[in-house]
Amino acid sequence: MVTFQFIPYNDIENLTSAKRINKLLNVVKENRIVLMEGRLSREEEADLIEITMEEIGPKFKGVEISVIYPDRSKQDPMQKIKGTFANLLLGERQGFTIIGPASIVKKIEKNPDKIELFTKEANSQRRSKVRKS
Amino acid sequence: MVTSFFKGFLKRFSFNPLSRKSNLKLGLYGPPNGGKSTLANRICVDWLGQEMSTVSHIAHETREINIKEQVNIKNKKGKELTFSLVDTPGIATRIDYEDFIKKGLKKTDAKKRAKEATKGVIDAIKWLDNMDSVVVVLDATIDPYSQVNITIIGNLQARNIPVLIVANKVDLKKANIEAIKAAFPQYPIVSISAKYGKNVEEFYEQIFKLVK
Repeated sequence: MVTFQFIPYNDIENLTSAKRINKLLNVVKENRIVLMEGRLSREEEADLIEITMEEIGPKFKGVEISVIYPDRSKQDPMQKIKGTFANLLLGERQGFTIIGPASIVKKIEKNPDKIELFTKEANSQRRSKVRKS
Repeated sequence: MVTSFFKGFLKRFSFNPLSRKSNLKLGLYGPPNGGKSTLANRICVDWLGQEMSTVSHIAHETREINIKEQVNIKNKKGKELTFSLVDTPGIATRIDYEDFIKKGLKKTDAKKRAKEATKGVIDAIKWLDNMDSVVVVLDATIDPYSQVNITIIGNLQARNIPVLIVANKVDLKKANIEAIKAAFPQYPIVSISAKYGKNVEEFYEQIFKLVK
Protein backbone atom coordinates (compact mmCIF):
# COMPACT_ATOMS: atom_id res chain seq x y z
CA MET A 1 0.00 0.00 0.00
CA VAL A 2 1.16 3.51 -0.79
CA THR A 3 0.18 6.36 1.50
CA PHE A 4 -0.13 9.94 0.31
CA GLN A 5 -0.17 12.82 2.79
CA PHE A 6 -1.62 16.13 1.71
CA ILE A 7 0.09 19.21 3.11
CA PRO A 8 -1.84 22.43 2.52
CA TYR A 9 0.18 25.58 2.00
CA ASN A 10 -1.27 26.97 5.26
CA ASP A 11 0.69 24.33 7.16
CA ILE A 12 4.07 25.57 5.96
CA GLU A 13 3.34 29.21 5.20
CA ASN A 14 4.68 30.60 8.48
CA LEU A 15 7.60 28.23 8.86
CA THR A 16 11.22 29.14 8.16
CA SER A 17 12.82 27.43 5.15
CA ALA A 18 14.69 24.97 7.36
CA LYS A 19 11.53 24.00 9.25
CA ARG A 20 9.55 23.64 6.01
CA ILE A 21 12.12 21.26 4.60
CA ASN A 22 12.35 19.28 7.84
CA LYS A 23 8.57 18.95 7.99
CA LEU A 24 8.42 17.59 4.44
CA LEU A 25 11.38 15.24 4.92
CA ASN A 26 9.98 13.90 8.20
CA VAL A 27 6.81 12.84 6.39
CA VAL A 28 8.84 11.25 3.57
CA LYS A 29 11.01 9.37 6.07
CA GLU A 30 7.84 7.78 7.44
CA ASN A 31 7.45 6.23 3.96
CA ARG A 32 4.63 8.49 2.92
CA ILE A 33 4.38 10.46 -0.30
CA VAL A 34 3.93 14.18 0.21
CA LEU A 35 1.37 16.03 -1.92
CA MET A 36 2.03 19.65 -1.12
CA GLU A 37 -0.10 22.56 -2.25
CA GLY A 38 2.16 25.10 -3.98
CA ARG A 39 5.90 24.87 -4.31
CA LEU A 40 9.12 25.59 -2.50
CA SER A 41 11.32 28.44 -3.65
CA ARG A 42 14.23 27.57 -5.96
CA GLU A 43 16.68 28.05 -3.09
CA GLU A 44 14.56 25.83 -0.83
CA GLU A 45 14.55 23.12 -3.50
CA ALA A 46 18.37 23.22 -3.53
CA ASP A 47 18.40 23.15 0.29
CA LEU A 48 16.05 20.17 0.21
CA ILE A 49 18.52 18.28 -1.98
CA GLU A 50 21.43 19.22 0.32
CA ILE A 51 19.61 18.14 3.49
CA THR A 52 18.42 14.94 1.79
CA MET A 53 22.05 14.10 0.95
CA GLU A 54 23.11 14.75 4.55
CA GLU A 55 20.46 12.33 5.82
CA ILE A 56 21.04 9.46 3.41
CA GLY A 57 21.88 6.28 5.29
CA PRO A 58 21.03 2.59 5.48
CA LYS A 59 17.30 3.26 5.88
CA PHE A 60 16.89 6.43 3.84
CA LYS A 61 17.97 6.39 0.19
CA GLY A 62 16.83 9.85 -0.76
CA VAL A 63 13.75 11.26 -2.44
CA GLU A 64 12.04 11.64 -5.76
CA ILE A 65 10.55 15.08 -6.31
CA SER A 66 8.45 16.73 -8.95
CA VAL A 67 6.62 20.02 -9.22
CA ILE A 68 3.68 20.69 -11.49
CA TYR A 69 3.18 24.38 -12.09
CA PRO A 70 1.19 26.58 -14.48
CA ASP A 71 3.19 27.30 -17.62
CA ARG A 72 3.61 31.08 -17.54
CA SER A 73 4.57 31.23 -21.20
CA LYS A 74 1.03 30.11 -22.09
CA GLN A 75 -0.64 32.76 -19.90
CA ASP A 76 -1.85 36.10 -21.24
CA PRO A 77 -0.43 39.28 -19.63
CA MET A 78 -3.45 39.70 -17.35
CA GLN A 79 -3.11 36.15 -16.03
CA LYS A 80 0.60 36.74 -15.41
CA ILE A 81 -0.15 39.92 -13.44
CA LYS A 82 -2.86 38.16 -11.42
CA GLY A 83 -0.50 35.25 -10.72
CA THR A 84 2.30 37.56 -9.59
CA PHE A 85 -0.03 39.45 -7.23
CA ALA A 86 -1.48 36.22 -5.89
CA ASN A 87 2.03 34.95 -5.14
CA LEU A 88 3.00 38.20 -3.43
CA LEU A 89 -0.12 38.24 -1.28
CA LEU A 90 -0.69 34.57 -0.61
CA GLY A 91 2.69 32.90 -1.20
CA GLU A 92 3.62 30.28 -3.81
CA ARG A 93 0.27 28.46 -3.63
CA GLN A 94 0.03 27.77 -7.33
CA GLY A 95 0.94 24.32 -8.51
CA PHE A 96 1.61 21.10 -6.69
CA THR A 97 4.71 19.42 -5.27
CA ILE A 98 5.16 15.68 -4.95
CA ILE A 99 7.97 14.29 -2.79
CA GLY A 100 8.30 10.58 -2.22
CA PRO A 101 10.86 8.33 -0.55
CA ALA A 102 13.26 6.74 -3.06
CA SER A 103 12.61 3.37 -1.39
CA ILE A 104 8.99 3.53 -2.60
CA VAL A 105 8.96 5.86 -5.59
CA LYS A 106 11.00 4.48 -8.45
CA LYS A 107 10.67 7.52 -10.66
CA ILE A 108 8.42 10.44 -11.43
CA GLU A 109 8.01 11.32 -15.08
CA LYS A 110 6.81 14.77 -15.85
CA ASN A 111 5.45 16.36 -18.96
CA PRO A 112 4.46 20.00 -18.75
CA ASP A 113 0.95 19.21 -17.49
CA LYS A 114 1.07 15.60 -16.37
CA ILE A 115 2.96 13.65 -13.73
CA GLU A 116 3.37 9.87 -13.77
CA LEU A 117 4.57 8.30 -10.56
CA PHE A 118 6.06 4.81 -10.68
CA THR A 119 6.24 3.02 -7.35
CA LYS A 120 8.24 0.01 -6.24
CA GLU A 121 6.05 -2.43 -4.39
CA ALA A 122 6.45 -6.16 -3.90
CA ASN A 123 8.77 -6.38 -6.92
CA SER A 124 6.13 -4.92 -9.18
CA GLN A 125 5.79 -1.52 -10.72
CA ARG A 126 2.66 0.55 -10.29
CA ARG A 127 1.74 3.73 -12.02
CA SER A 128 -0.23 6.61 -10.58
CA LYS A 129 -1.23 9.62 -12.61
CA VAL A 130 -1.76 13.19 -11.53
CA ARG A 131 -3.12 15.50 -14.19
CA LYS A 132 -3.40 19.23 -14.16
CA SER A 133 -7.04 20.30 -14.49
CA MET B 1 18.16 34.20 -0.83
CA VAL B 2 18.95 37.84 0.03
CA THR B 3 22.68 37.05 0.20
CA SER B 4 22.71 35.40 -3.21
CA PHE B 5 20.76 38.34 -4.67
CA PHE B 6 23.34 40.86 -3.40
CA LYS B 7 26.24 38.66 -4.51
CA GLY B 8 24.73 38.52 -8.00
CA PHE B 9 24.10 42.26 -7.94
CA LEU B 10 27.68 43.11 -6.90
CA LYS B 11 29.03 40.65 -9.46
CA ARG B 12 27.10 42.40 -12.24
CA PHE B 13 28.10 45.92 -11.28
CA SER B 14 31.66 45.31 -10.18
CA PHE B 15 33.85 48.33 -10.92
CA ASN B 16 36.86 46.14 -11.57
CA PRO B 17 35.79 43.88 -14.41
CA LEU B 18 39.38 42.81 -15.08
CA SER B 19 39.58 41.04 -11.72
CA ARG B 20 36.54 38.95 -12.66
CA LYS B 21 37.72 38.17 -16.17
CA SER B 22 41.19 37.12 -15.05
CA ASN B 23 39.81 34.52 -12.66
CA LEU B 24 36.67 33.48 -14.50
CA LYS B 25 35.15 30.24 -13.26
CA LEU B 26 33.21 28.18 -15.79
CA GLY B 27 31.28 25.39 -14.09
CA LEU B 28 30.01 22.15 -15.59
CA TYR B 29 26.78 21.16 -13.83
CA GLY B 30 24.07 18.60 -14.36
CA PRO B 31 22.67 15.26 -13.26
CA PRO B 32 24.97 12.20 -12.95
CA ASN B 33 26.16 10.53 -16.15
CA GLY B 34 25.23 13.44 -18.39
CA GLY B 35 28.80 13.66 -19.65
CA LYS B 36 30.24 16.55 -17.64
CA SER B 37 33.63 14.90 -17.14
CA THR B 38 33.73 13.71 -20.75
CA LEU B 39 33.14 17.31 -21.84
CA ALA B 40 35.76 18.56 -19.36
CA ASN B 41 38.23 16.10 -20.86
CA ARG B 42 37.28 17.14 -24.40
CA ILE B 43 37.95 20.82 -23.55
CA CYS B 44 41.24 20.03 -21.81
CA VAL B 45 42.50 17.69 -24.54
CA ASP B 46 41.56 20.23 -27.25
CA TRP B 47 43.27 23.19 -25.55
CA LEU B 48 45.77 21.81 -23.03
CA GLY B 49 46.58 18.43 -24.54
CA GLN B 50 45.68 16.49 -21.41
CA GLU B 51 42.59 15.07 -19.68
CA MET B 52 41.37 16.35 -16.30
CA SER B 53 38.83 13.81 -15.00
CA THR B 54 38.19 10.08 -15.00
CA VAL B 55 34.99 8.87 -16.62
CA SER B 56 32.91 5.74 -16.06
CA HIS B 57 29.60 4.21 -17.10
CA ILE B 58 28.79 3.89 -13.37
CA ALA B 59 27.09 7.03 -12.06
CA HIS B 60 28.83 9.35 -9.58
CA GLU B 61 32.34 8.73 -10.90
CA THR B 62 33.11 12.39 -10.14
CA ARG B 63 32.60 12.82 -6.41
CA GLU B 64 34.81 15.84 -5.79
CA ILE B 65 35.04 19.27 -7.39
CA ASN B 66 37.84 19.19 -10.00
CA ILE B 67 39.38 22.44 -11.18
CA LYS B 68 41.65 23.01 -14.14
CA GLU B 69 43.05 26.51 -14.07
CA GLN B 70 44.20 28.67 -16.97
CA VAL B 71 42.27 27.00 -19.76
CA ASN B 72 42.81 29.22 -22.78
CA ILE B 73 40.56 28.86 -25.81
CA LYS B 74 40.51 30.71 -29.14
CA ASN B 75 37.70 31.25 -31.62
CA LYS B 76 37.85 31.55 -35.42
CA LYS B 77 38.31 35.33 -35.21
CA GLY B 78 41.39 34.86 -33.03
CA LYS B 79 39.68 36.08 -29.87
CA GLU B 80 41.01 34.42 -26.72
CA LEU B 81 39.32 33.50 -23.48
CA THR B 82 40.95 32.18 -20.31
CA PHE B 83 39.00 30.55 -17.51
CA SER B 84 39.17 28.01 -14.72
CA LEU B 85 37.15 24.95 -15.66
CA VAL B 86 35.23 23.46 -12.74
CA ASP B 87 33.96 19.90 -13.17
CA THR B 88 31.35 19.15 -10.50
CA PRO B 89 29.77 15.94 -9.18
CA GLY B 90 26.36 15.10 -10.65
CA ILE B 91 23.43 16.44 -8.67
CA ALA B 92 20.86 13.84 -7.62
CA THR B 93 18.05 13.50 -5.09
CA ARG B 94 18.65 9.79 -4.41
CA ILE B 95 21.78 7.70 -3.90
CA ASP B 96 21.48 4.01 -3.13
CA TYR B 97 24.64 1.94 -2.67
CA GLU B 98 22.73 -1.10 -3.94
CA ASP B 99 22.59 0.52 -7.38
CA PHE B 100 26.40 0.43 -7.44
CA ILE B 101 26.41 -3.23 -6.40
CA LYS B 102 24.14 -3.96 -9.38
CA LYS B 103 26.83 -2.34 -11.56
CA GLY B 104 29.42 -4.78 -10.23
CA LEU B 105 30.97 -3.01 -7.23
CA LYS B 106 31.70 -4.84 -3.97
CA LYS B 107 29.46 -3.93 -1.03
CA THR B 108 32.16 -2.00 0.86
CA ASP B 109 33.19 -0.10 -2.27
CA ALA B 110 29.55 0.61 -3.13
CA LYS B 111 28.87 2.03 0.35
CA LYS B 112 32.01 4.16 0.19
CA ARG B 113 31.08 5.44 -3.26
CA ALA B 114 27.55 6.29 -2.07
CA LYS B 115 28.87 8.20 0.95
CA GLU B 116 31.34 10.16 -1.18
CA ALA B 117 28.63 10.81 -3.77
CA THR B 118 26.30 12.40 -1.18
CA LYS B 119 29.11 14.73 -0.10
CA GLY B 120 29.83 15.51 -3.75
CA VAL B 121 26.25 16.61 -4.36
CA ILE B 122 26.38 18.93 -1.33
CA ASP B 123 29.69 20.42 -2.51
CA ALA B 124 28.36 20.95 -6.04
CA ILE B 125 25.37 22.91 -4.70
CA LYS B 126 27.54 24.98 -2.36
CA TRP B 127 29.88 25.83 -5.25
CA LEU B 128 27.05 27.40 -7.27
CA ASP B 129 27.81 30.72 -5.58
CA ASN B 130 31.42 30.65 -6.83
CA MET B 131 30.59 30.34 -10.54
CA ASP B 132 30.72 33.14 -13.10
CA SER B 133 29.12 31.12 -15.90
CA VAL B 134 27.73 27.61 -16.05
CA VAL B 135 27.32 24.96 -18.71
CA VAL B 136 24.50 22.58 -17.79
CA VAL B 137 25.26 19.22 -19.39
CA LEU B 138 22.21 17.06 -20.09
CA ASP B 139 22.03 13.59 -21.57
CA ALA B 140 19.90 14.14 -24.68
CA THR B 141 18.60 10.56 -24.52
CA ILE B 142 16.89 11.18 -21.16
CA ASP B 143 13.65 13.05 -20.41
CA PRO B 144 14.77 16.61 -19.54
CA TYR B 145 11.74 17.43 -17.35
CA SER B 146 13.43 16.26 -14.16
CA GLN B 147 13.17 18.36 -11.04
CA VAL B 148 16.96 18.20 -10.59
CA ASN B 149 17.45 19.94 -13.97
CA ILE B 150 14.79 22.51 -13.16
CA THR B 151 16.25 23.16 -9.69
CA ILE B 152 19.81 23.58 -11.00
CA ILE B 153 18.76 25.99 -13.75
CA GLY B 154 16.35 27.85 -11.45
CA ASN B 155 19.07 28.39 -8.88
CA LEU B 156 21.50 29.66 -11.52
CA GLN B 157 18.84 32.07 -12.75
CA ALA B 158 18.20 33.26 -9.18
CA ARG B 159 21.94 34.02 -8.84
CA ASN B 160 22.10 35.84 -12.21
CA ILE B 161 24.66 33.35 -13.50
CA PRO B 162 24.67 33.00 -17.32
CA VAL B 163 23.69 29.50 -18.46
CA LEU B 164 24.41 27.48 -21.59
CA ILE B 165 22.66 24.14 -21.93
CA VAL B 166 24.53 21.33 -23.67
CA ALA B 167 22.45 18.51 -25.14
CA ASN B 168 25.10 15.80 -24.99
CA LYS B 169 25.30 12.30 -26.49
CA VAL B 170 23.76 13.30 -29.82
CA ASP B 171 25.69 10.44 -31.39
CA LEU B 172 23.08 8.11 -29.85
CA LYS B 173 19.90 7.27 -31.78
CA LYS B 174 17.63 8.00 -28.83
CA ALA B 175 18.89 11.58 -28.52
CA ASN B 176 16.01 14.07 -28.52
CA ILE B 177 17.29 17.63 -28.75
CA GLU B 178 13.81 19.02 -29.42
CA ALA B 179 12.64 17.79 -26.00
CA ILE B 180 15.42 19.79 -24.32
CA LYS B 181 14.59 22.86 -26.40
CA ALA B 182 10.93 22.53 -25.43
CA ALA B 183 11.78 22.14 -21.74
CA PHE B 184 14.13 25.14 -21.56
CA PRO B 185 13.10 27.51 -24.39
CA GLN B 186 14.59 30.60 -22.74
CA TYR B 187 18.19 29.31 -22.76
CA PRO B 188 20.78 28.85 -25.52
CA ILE B 189 21.19 25.16 -26.32
CA VAL B 190 24.01 23.50 -28.23
CA SER B 191 23.91 19.84 -29.18
CA ILE B 192 27.20 17.93 -29.11
CA SER B 193 28.82 14.58 -28.64
CA ALA B 194 31.56 15.26 -26.10
CA LYS B 195 32.80 11.70 -26.53
CA TYR B 196 33.36 11.95 -30.29
CA GLY B 197 33.87 15.71 -30.56
CA LYS B 198 30.81 16.29 -32.73
CA ASN B 199 29.83 19.98 -33.00
CA VAL B 200 32.32 21.09 -30.33
CA GLU B 201 33.37 24.07 -32.49
CA GLU B 202 29.83 25.45 -32.11
CA PHE B 203 30.08 24.75 -28.36
CA TYR B 204 33.27 26.84 -28.10
CA GLU B 205 31.60 29.70 -30.00
CA GLN B 206 28.71 29.56 -27.53
CA ILE B 207 31.18 29.75 -24.62
CA PHE B 208 32.46 33.09 -25.97
CA LYS B 209 28.87 34.37 -26.10
CA LEU B 210 28.18 33.02 -22.61
CA VAL B 211 30.99 34.89 -20.85
CA LYS B 212 31.03 38.09 -22.95
